[in-house]
Amino acid sequence: MLRKLLIANRGEIACRIIRTARSMGIRTVAVYSDADRHAQHVHMADESIYLGPAPSAESYLVIDKIIAAAKLSGADAIHPGYGFLSENEDFADACASNQLIFVGPPTSAIAAMGSKSAAKAIMSEAGVPLVPGYHGSEQGLELLQEEAQKIGFPVLLKAAYGGGGKGMRVVESANQFAEALSSAKREAQAAFGNDKMLIEKFIGNPRHVEIQVFCDEHGNAVYLAERDCSVQRRHQKVIEEAPAPSISSSTRIAMGEAAVRAAQAIDYVGAGTVEFLLDTDNKFYFMEMNTRLQVEHPVTEMVTGQDLVAWQLLVAGGAPLPLSQDQIQITGHSFEARIYAEDPDHEFLPSTGTLHVLKPPSTNAYVRIDSGVVEGDEVSSYYDPMIAKLVVWGEDRAIALGRLIQALNDYQIAGVRTNIDFLRKIAGHQKFAQADLTTRFIEKYHTELFPNNDALIKPYAIMATLAEMVDLKTASAPANPWTSQQSFRLNQPSQFALALRYADDLLHIELTATATGWQATDDSDHWLVEKIADKYYFTQNGRRFSAHIMRSNQDILVMTERACLPFTRHLIADTLQQEVAAGNLTAPMNGTVVQVMVAPGDSVEAEQALIIMEAMKMEYTIRAPQAGVVEQVFYQAGDLVSDGAELLSLADSE
Amino acid sequence: MTVLSSSVNTKDATFIANQQAMQDVVNDLYEKAEQIKQGGGAKYQERHLARGKLLPRQRIDKLLDSGSPFLEIGQFAAWDCYEDYVPAAGVVAGIGRVAGVQCMIVANDATVKGGTYYPLTVKKHLRAQEIAERCRLPCIYLVDSGGANLPRQDEVFPDRDHFGRIFFNQANMSAKGIPQVAVVMGLCTAGGAYVPAMADESIIVKEQGTIFLAGPPLVKAATGEEVSAEELGGADVHTRISGVADHFAQNDEHALALARRSIARLNYQPAAPLPQHDFVEPRYSADEIYGIVGTDLRKPYDVREVIARIVDGSDFDEFKQNYGATLVTGFATIHGYPVGIVANNGILFSESAQKGAHFIELCAQRKIPLVFLQNITGFMVGKKYEAEGIAKHGAKMVAAVSCAQVPKFTILIGGSYGAGNYGMCGRAYDPTLMFMWPNARISVMGGEQAAGVMAQVTKDNLARSGQTMTAAQEQELKQPIIETYEKQGHPYYASARLWDDGIIDPAQTRTVLALSLAAANNAPIADTKFGVFRM
Repeated sequence: MLRKLLIANRGEIACRIIRTARSMGIRTVAVYSDADRHAQHVHMADESIYLGPAPSAESYLVIDKIIAAAKLSGADAIHPGYGFLSENEDFADACASNQLIFVGPPTSAIAAMGSKSAAKAIMSEAGVPLVPGYHGSEQGLELLQEEAQKIGFPVLLKAAYGGGGKGMRVVESANQFAEALSSAKREAQAAFGNDKMLIEKFIGNPRHVEIQVFCDEHGNAVYLAERDCSVQRRHQKVIEEAPAPSISSSTRIAMGEAAVRAAQAIDYVGAGTVEFLLDTDNKFYFMEMNTRLQVEHPVTEMVTGQDLVAWQLLVAGGAPLPLSQDQIQITGHSFEARIYAEDPDHEFLPSTGTLHVLKPPSTNAYVRIDSGVVEGDEVSSYYDPMIAKLVVWGEDRAIALGRLIQALNDYQIAGVRTNIDFLRKIAGHQKFAQADLTTRFIEKYHTELFPNNDALIKPYAIMATLAEMVDLKTASAPANPWTSQQSFRLNQPSQFALALRYADDLLHIELTATATGWQATDDSDHWLVEKIADKYYFTQNGRRFSAHIMRSNQDILVMTERACLPFTRHLIADTLQQEVAAGNLTAPMNGTVVQVMVAPGDSVEAEQALIIMEAMKMEYTIRAPQAGVVEQVFYQAGDLVSDGAELLSLADSE
Repeated sequence: MTVLSSSVNTKDATFIANQQAMQDVVNDLYEKAEQIKQGGGAKYQERHLARGKLLPRQRIDKLLDSGSPFLEIGQFAAWDCYEDYVPAAGVVAGIGRVAGVQCMIVANDATVKGGTYYPLTVKKHLRAQEIAERCRLPCIYLVDSGGANLPRQDEVFPDRDHFGRIFFNQANMSAKGIPQVAVVMGLCTAGGAYVPAMADESIIVKEQGTIFLAGPPLVKAATGEEVSAEELGGADVHTRISGVADHFAQNDEHALALARRSIARLNYQPAAPLPQHDFVEPRYSADEIYGIVGTDLRKPYDVREVIARIVDGSDFDEFKQNYGATLVTGFATIHGYPVGIVANNGILFSESAQKGAHFIELCAQRKIPLVFLQNITGFMVGKKYEAEGIAKHGAKMVAAVSCAQVPKFTILIGGSYGAGNYGMCGRAYDPTLMFMWPNARISVMGGEQAAGVMAQVTKDNLARSGQTMTAAQEQELKQPIIETYEKQGHPYYASARLWDDGIIDPAQTRTVLALSLAAANNAPIADTKFGVFRM
C-alpha cells in the first residue's frame, strides 16, 4: 500500500487524484510552477513543492525536478496524471531507479506503445485488427509520399510519439502532402521532442470507440466497458460517453477481448486505454493504446460505479484488481463534456484571462464536475485551456443527455470565451440525440452547430441593456435620488441607453418606459425584467424566460437556453485609450513566435504567411492583410509575445 | 410620526372628471416636451449630425453616468416668445450626475438658430449658473454657439444681467471653488470665447471647435489677413500653441470622456452627508393627484391629500394644526431628506400668515429645507381684516420667507395670485428651484377679478357723467381682460419667460423635489438672520 503520493501534474486531474488519494488515507504532495502558486491542486494537497518557471518545459516536464521533489517530500509513489510525463519512458525509468513507484505501466509497456509504429507491429502479431498504413522508421519525404500514395489518399499523418491530436494531419491529396508533413513534424517536435511520423489510411465517417482496460501484477486483466469519443474537433475529443450507443454485445465483447489481448501482449499493468476506429460496418481497427489514465475516464466510473484512480493506486501498491470481469456491471449512461477556454467562433482559438465568473451548475448524484480552477483564477497560455469536465449520469442515454443539456444551460463562465454554447449545440443536435455519431460529426453538421445569430443580436442586446438597468438600480444608494431615480427625465418617459459592441458592430440600444414595461427604439417587442437571486427573468411580449447574464470587465454575456451571445460595453471612456492601429498584425493571444518568414524590405502578397506563433501547443499563422512591404519585424523566433502586441509593421506597396 | 389617511374615492365621478382633465393637460405637456426635445427640427439635426457632431441632448446623455437622472431646467424657455422658433431658448440646461458628482450642464443647441443667444437664452444661462452657485454644483458648458443674437444686441449685451454676466459668474464661482469646465464642440466666437478661456479646465474638439475673438471674415475685413477657422482658432492651435484650451479631443465622444475624466478628478464632496435613515414610499399613489386636484382652480380640496402623495410614508407631522387652518404647515421627509412643508388650504388670514412666519422661523433655525405648495388667491380683504392688521401679519410671513437661508422649493400647484405669491415664496423670493404644475395659473390677481375691477372703475367713471353701461358692454369690456389674463397666467407663458424653472407633471413632483433636495444638499446651509418683524 502507498503512503505518500506525489502528483506530477496540475489542474483538474491533479485535484481528482488528490481527492481519491485522501479518501484512501494516502498523503498527497503537489508540485507547482510559478503560474500555479495559488492553484487549486496546491491548496488541496497536504504539501506542495515548487518546480520552477511557468513554461512546462521548465517545470512539469523536468524529470529531475519531479524526482527531487518526490525525494524531498518523502513520497513513495508518483502519479503522472495524463499529458506531461505520463507516457514518458525516461520518467518511468527515473522513478524506478530512484525506488519510487510509478503509478502506471512498466517502462517496457510505455516504450512498446509509445512508438505507434512499433505498437502496431505488436498488435498485428497479437491478432488485433489494424488500419492499413506505413509505420516504418524511414522518414524521407519522397518515401513517405510514396507510401501515402500506396495506401491511397486521404491519409492520416500522425506523430509516432504523439497524442491528443498534436502533430496530426489529414491529407486529402498528394499536392498538400509536403506542407502538411512539415507542419505536423514541427508540431510533433515541439510537443514531444520527436518528429517521427506514421501514415495511415484515413477512414471516412468512423466512430472512435475505446476500451478501458486494467491489469495487475498478478496476471489479471479486465475491460471496463467502452467509451464513444466520436465527437471530435481536430482530433480533440469534445463530448465522450459510455457505453457506446447502438453497439451489439458481440461487437462489445469482441472489442473488449481484443483490448485485453493488446494489453497482455505488452505485459501491461495498471490503467490503459485501447482506442479503436469503428467503421459503419461495425468493423474495428486498433488505433493506439494510451498507457495512462484518460481525460474521459469519469464516464466509465459513472457507469461502472468504480473509482479508477483508486484502482490505479491499489494496483500500484501491488494489490490485485478489485473486480473480476464478470463482476463488472454497466448501469445507465454517462456523458462528459469538456469545458474549454476557447473561442468556437474564431477557429477555437484558446482564450486566456481571468475567470471573473465561474458558476458551475450544482452537483449531485447525476452531475459531477472535475475542475482545477475556481472563480477568480487565471487561464494562462502556458497550459491546456481546459476549465472543467462536466460529467452526467442517467438511467438511459436520453435521460443522461437531458441532464447534460440542463447542466450546460446553467454553466456560467465569463472572463474567457468558452465552448459551452458550442457544446450545447452538439448536445442539442437531433443527430446527436439519435446517436448518429462519427468523428466527422462537427464538420458534417457545421452549419447547424454554428448557426447564424443575426436575428438574435437585437433581442439579446436588449436583454443585456435591461440587465444592466436592473443591476444599476439594485446597486444604487436609496438615499441618493441621483442614483435611485434611474434615468429620470422631466416630462418624458424614463429612458435607458447602452452602447454595445457585438463582433465588429456597434449597437445603440435605447429603452423607453411604457405603461407596462420597456420598449426599444425601432422595435415592437414589449419587455419586462426582473432579477431574482442572480438569475434574470425576461418577459418578451408576455413570454417569460430566464437567462444568465455574466459580466467580466466590460463584457456582457447573455445566455438563454437558445443561444449565448457576447457583447462588450462601448464606453466613451474607451476613447481615452489610444487605439493601436495595427490591424491584423498583432498577436492573437499570448504565445511564442515559432518562425518569422519575412524580413524587412520583403514584398508580400495578401494572405501570405508572415509569422507563425505557437500558443497552448497550437500553431497560428499570421498572414498579410493586404499586399505590402515589410517595414520592421519586432520579434524573432523564440520570443514570448503578449496578446495584442504588434508583431511587424507593413507599409502599402507603391 | 403621523400618517395621513386619505379619504379619496377614486370611483367618484368628480375624481374621474378631474383625473381626465389633468391627464389632458399633462398629455399636452408631454407632447410639447417631446417637440422641444427635437431642437431645431429634423433638417437642422441631420445637417448637424452629418458634420460628425452629436446633438446637445445626445451629448448630455453621453456625458452623464449611465442611468443618471437629468433634471432639466427651463425646458419651456422662449416657448412662443419670438417670431423665430427657439425651443428651450436654444440651450439645454439641467442637473445631472457625472462621474458620481451632481453637475449643472449647459449645452448650446446649434440646430436652433446656430445656438445664438436670444434674450431668454441669456436669462436661462444665467439662471442655470445661479442654481449651480446656490447649490455648489460644478458647471459643464458644452459650447456650440454663434454668440449673441446680433439683431437683438440691445437686449442681450449691455445690461447687468446680460451676456457679460456669464463670465462674471464663471469667475466668481471659480473663486468660490465651484469648478467650471468648458467643452468647445463647435463655434465659440467673440464674447463666447471667454467661456473656455474663463473656465478652470477646457476641452476642444478637433476640426469642430473653434475659439476666437474675431472669425476669419472679420479678420479679413480688419487686416486683410486670410486664414481658415481651424488655423485661426482650432483645437491644435489652442492646445499646442495658445493654451486657451487644455485638452485636444478627437471627436465629441472623446471630448465628453475628457470632461467626465476632469469631473472624476475634482475631488469634490457635497457639503452635507446623505440622509442615513431609510424611508418608505408614500402610502398613496402619486397618480391620484390628478383626480384630487383637477384643473378647475375654483374647486377646493384638502391639500393634505397632495402632501400624502409626496412625502415619505405619507407621514406628516403638522405644526399648529388647529390654528390658521387655511395654511398647512408641518414636517416630513422626502427620500429621507427632512423638509418643512408650507401649503395653502384656502385664503390667507392673519392667523395663517403668522403661523407661516412662525413655521418658517422654525425651519430656518433647524436648517430644514422648505417646500411651498402654492395654491393661493391672496390674503383676505375687507374692513375687519385690514383693521386687525392683515397687512402687517402678511408682511411677517413675507419677511420670514425673504430672509430664510435654508433651501426653498416652490411648486405652484394651483393659483398664484397677488401677495399670496409673495408669502408663499414666489420667484422674487429666490426659491432654490421653482416649478409649476400644468393646471396652475399665475398673475397679480385672477382674470375674473381683474376684469371685475376694470369694469367697476369704468362704471364709476361713467356714473360721474351720469352714464351707465349695458350688460353686453360690460361683457365686451371684461372678455379681452379675462382672455389676456388667461394667456399670460398660463404655465407655458410663465415658463417661457423663466418665471419658474419648469413645468412638471404633478405625478413627478416627489421625484423632482427629491432630486432638488439632494442637489441643494451639495451646499452648506447658512445661518439665518431675520430683520425687524412688525408686531
